[in-house]
This record gives sequence, structure tokens and C-alpha cells, in this order.
Amino acid sequence: MNLVLFHLMPYADLDLEAGRKNGTVWVTLPNRNFDPAKGHQLYNRFLDELEYGEQLGFDVLAVNEHHQTAYGLMPSPIVTASALARRTSRAKIAILGSALPLRTHPLTIAEEHAMIDVITGGRLISGFVRGIGAEYHTFGVNPTFSHDRFHEAHDMIVRAWTEPGPFSFQGHHYRSRYVNLWPRPYQKPHPPIWIPSQGSKETIDWASHPDRRYTYLQTFSPAKVVQRYLKMYRDTCTGYGYEAKDSQLGWAVPVYVAESDEKAKAEAKPHFEAFRNVFVKMPLEMLLPPGYTSRESFKNVMKAKAEMFGDITLEKAVELGLFVCGGPATVKAAFQNYWRDMRFGNLLVLCQFGTLPADLTRKNMELFAREVMPALKALH
Amino acid sequence: MFTEHFIEIDGCRTHYRRGGKGSPLVFLHGAGGVMGVLPFMERLAERFDVLVPDHPGYGKSDEPAWLENIHDVAYFYLDFLERLGLEKVVLAGASMGGWMALEVAIRNTSRLRALVLNAPAGVAAPGVEPVDLFLLSPEESVRHLVHDPRLAEERLARPMPPEALDTVLKNRHTTARLAWEPRLQDPHLPKWLHRIDVPVCIVWGAQDRVLPVGIAHELKRRMPKAELNILEGCGHLVQEEKMAEFCDIVFRFA
Repeated sequence: MNLVLFHLMPYADLDLEAGRKNGTVWVTLPNRNFDPAKGHQLYNRFLDELEYGEQLGFDVLAVNEHHQTAYGLMPSPIVTASALARRTSRAKIAILGSALPLRTHPLTIAEEHAMIDVITGGRLISGFVRGIGAEYHTFGVNPTFSHDRFHEAHDMIVRAWTEPGPFSFQGHHYRSRYVNLWPRPYQKPHPPIWIPSQGSKETIDWASHPDRRYTYLQTFSPAKVVQRYLKMYRDTCTGYGYEAKDSQLGWAVPVYVAESDEKAKAEAKPHFEAFRNVFVKMPLEMLLPPGYTSRESFKNVMKAKAEMFGDITLEKAVELGLFVCGGPATVKAAFQNYWRDMRFGNLLVLCQFGTLPADLTRKNMELFAREVMPALKALH
Repeated sequence: MFTEHFIEIDGCRTHYRRGGKGSPLVFLHGAGGVMGVLPFMERLAERFDVLVPDHPGYGKSDEPAWLENIHDVAYFYLDFLERLGLEKVVLAGASMGGWMALEVAIRNTSRLRALVLNAPAGVAAPGVEPVDLFLLSPEESVRHLVHDPRLAEERLARPMPPEALDTVLKNRHTTARLAWEPRLQDPHLPKWLHRIDVPVCIVWGAQDRVLPVGIAHELKRRMPKAELNILEGCGHLVQEEKMAEFCDIVFRFA
């Protein structure tokens, strides 16, 4: 199995009361709550943590993109991936992902990813996302064109990476008379493409298509939901007439390992609950603007609203498999069991979440790497 | 008095309600759509041949693939007037519908006799920030639409049948498609307002919390010949909250 250290880089010094009072830390939380001096400390701490991940033996270091929120301080994952590019030498660097429809022009993404791929000699994993609903409020990009823009931007980027330039691309949303990428990507035919998703049939149909076979990552969902979508991916591949490789499947989940189950729960509790109940939270209208999902999906979310939008405890999250937390033996057994059921070839662990401080984050990473990771790497 | 009809225009099966006798009055509804025959429609139908279409993408009308922006709606309605052979039309519109009426009129007024605009969207005013409809919960939206809180409570107390939810989501989707960015306005519209050569009557609720009345003054500044009526004790849904006053204005003006 491929072990990925995933970071969100939250504003961990957030005044949680300010976040709670505002109802969300997305879009509308006034940025006077961000202290640049603390931000300076946090960015450097988080980049150190990712670099330390390489020393600890993680195969991939992963960053992602979010805008105007305390949930994650990476409006440009290109910046953090670039910082890692020159400070690491072995681990792959995954951008999970760049939000294609939010950009004015997809060629900028094709260029930036190609640069990192060339600088690192082919250590880049590209991820493409649509950006979450809140970000359509942030940029004013029309969410009813989100899917169209995503697909068209994707086509333009992959063609720019693979076809000899210059050529003309005339889409409905994006156009260029001269597509002629300098630099071309280092990897052939192009960097691997991973597709993080909260779970959607349309995304699975598209990512698993034989022309693409992109790695599908189910992010931050209850284990049962992860299992359902990973099975849907495999079944869809079977429907296309081929068998999915384990490497086409991934699960992204927050993890906390301590010396014992009790200690792990006690140490993680305030920080995980801050993550789940303050950093993640936003109103339905912000999460799902019109057109971001199908109307049927929207109605399903409305039905599950109480469960999705209410607070939950660490204990409940562990029970649901939203969070894996415990002593080394417990965490190892949990992932071995989950793997037997789901056969994901990529496990993305979020070792820092919410307000989790530097010392606990490092201890978590070390215990995970020493006590859990070797057994998981052996799974195949 | 009203009957329901369908007509295919530009490949879009279009639903409209029609009732009354007299010269034609086409009423273009707002972002919420028209869920049924409302009292103001009945009242106007006493003196007009009233047509109330569901816009493309709303209500019982199709969602055509060509529907991408407000300009598409304007051309659609020019075709609508032509196909139905309507002439000397009083074109009325509320909110989003008022915006559509303006977009129609800057293009071609040859089939129009007058415009009646109830708190139309479409034009921004410096320093006036409309509420962000897309961040309000359904309940907050209702409370924003009217001035009289009792009216809001009445609307909220009405049970919503499941099929109405589908229509609500469909209407919301099309509103986002047409008005998400720039929010509820077309920055190019003010450049061409001078082209409107039929009488214009603007009606606005003094307590409008969706599109504040400051926008009414901006519109009047840009269309100096227009008649401006500001109704006290009235929110955004002028034709519902001040039904009688609104209809009287129409009868007098048109």
C-alpha cells in the first residue's frame, strides 16, 4: 500500500469562539481573525511536518487548495508544493487537487504543474477537483457551469501536456489560439491524476473510464460510505470491461495514534472536535450552491441534514470510521480490517487536524510511521 | 378565469397562464417563480388580457440547453411576443422579471406599449448592497421578501407539497445560472437604457430588504422620464404585499 501524508494546514490558532459565533469559518469569517505573525509560525511548522514525513518513510506528501477559510491556509497548493519540491528528494508530491473551474484559465494549471514535475524530475502527482461549494461564493464563479468547466479545463490541460504544440483549443468556456506548453511535463505521458471526491456517481463514472483510469480518493466520509463508493468504482470498472487495480483507489482519513487507546482519545478529543464541529462546518446554502450537485443529490443532503450538520463527538466519529484513533495495535488492526473490506491501494492520513499542536502532531506521525505503517505497506 | 397553456418556442416547451379580456399585459415573474394564480393576476385580468409565462428554466417550462444568460431570455421573449402575435403589450415584471423586461425593451420595443417594473433587478447602485439571496436559508428568504412579518409567518405556515420542492430547486438553479455573477445585474444594461422609448413606471417597496430602494433612485436617475412610485410599508414582493395599490397604479398608468 501507498502511504500518503496529507496536510490541510488549518489556521490552528483560530479563536474557536469566533468561528462558532459566525456559524462557519468559511467565506464570511472576518480576516481580522488571521494574525500574520501566527500564520508565519504555522506555515513553517506545517511545511516542516511534511518534510519530516519524508524522513519517516511516507511515500507521498500531499497538499490541497482552499480559499478564504481558516479550514486550510493553502489558497495556492502550488506554493506549498513548490516549497516541498526543493526540500525533499524521494517522496512524491501530490496536489489534491487544483480546483479547475475556479481558475480563469486552465493553461495556468497545466504550466504550474508541469514546472513542479520538471523541477522534481517527475515526482508530481496531479489532482483535479471542482473546489467546494463555498468557493463558488468566494470567486463568484457560476456553480451551474461547474461540471462543464471542470471537464473542459481537464481536457485542455491533458491535451496541453500530451499533444505537440502549438495547437488551437476552442472550447465553450476556455479558448486559446496557441496551446504550446513550455515546459512540457517530465513524466510520460503526464503526471498521474488523482481525483479526490466526497462521493458522486458522476465523478466515479468519469474517473474510472478506460480512457482515464484515474485514482479515485474518497475523502473524510464514514467508513461505510467509503466502502460503498470504492465498491461502486470497482463495479463501474467491471462494467467498462476491465478490473480496477488497488492503486486506483484511495481513502483520506484523519488519524491519531498515541501510546494507548485511552491516551489517544484524551489527547485528540478537543482538537478533532474543533476540526469536525468548527473548521468543517458551514450552512447548506454555502456548501451546495445551485448546480454544484444534481438536484437529486441536493435533496438527499437535505434529508441527511441533521446528521451532517450537527456536532458529533470523537467517540461517535471513531464508531462511524470518520476518524481512526487509538493505540498502535488498535489503529493497525482497524486499517487492516478496513483494507480487507475495501482494498484501497492508497491511504492518505491526516496527522494534523483542527487545533492539534506541534508536539502531538509529531508524536502522532512518529508512532504511526514506526508502529503502524510497516504493516500497512506490506498489504497488497 | 385563468387557463393553462403550453407553446414551443425556440425548442423550449413553455408554460403560461392566461386570463381576462382587454389589451395584452405580459407579467414576467421573479426568481421564485409563479406557483399558481395570485390575487394580483385576477385583479389585473379584470381589465387586461393577462399572460404569465414560466420563464425558460422555471416552473413547468423546459430547461433549454441554450439558456446561459439573461440575454438569451431577452431574445426568447421577443420571440414569445412575436409567436403569440401580441402587440401594444404592457410588459410588467417583478425583480428578476423586471430585469428581463428591461433587457427586452433595450433591444426592441416595437411590440410594447409600456413597461411596469416592480423592484427590478439588473441595475446596480453605488453603495447599495442587495442581500445575498444565495446564502439565505429558505426560511430567511421568506422573511426577507416581505415587510409585514405576519405575511412571512403565513407563507412559512403553508405546507409545501413534495413536487413543489422540485420546482423550488429548479427555479433556484436557473436563477443562479442567470444571476450568480455579476449578482442579479448586467453591467452592460445601463449603457442602453436610453433606447427604451415607451413609458416606464417603476414601483418599489420603501422597506425592500432584497433590492433596497436606493436602486430605485439610481434607475430613475438613469431613466429620468420614468414614473417612480415608492410604497410605504412594503417589502420586495410589491404585487403581493400591496396588491390593490399596485393594480391601481397599473390601471392608471397603462
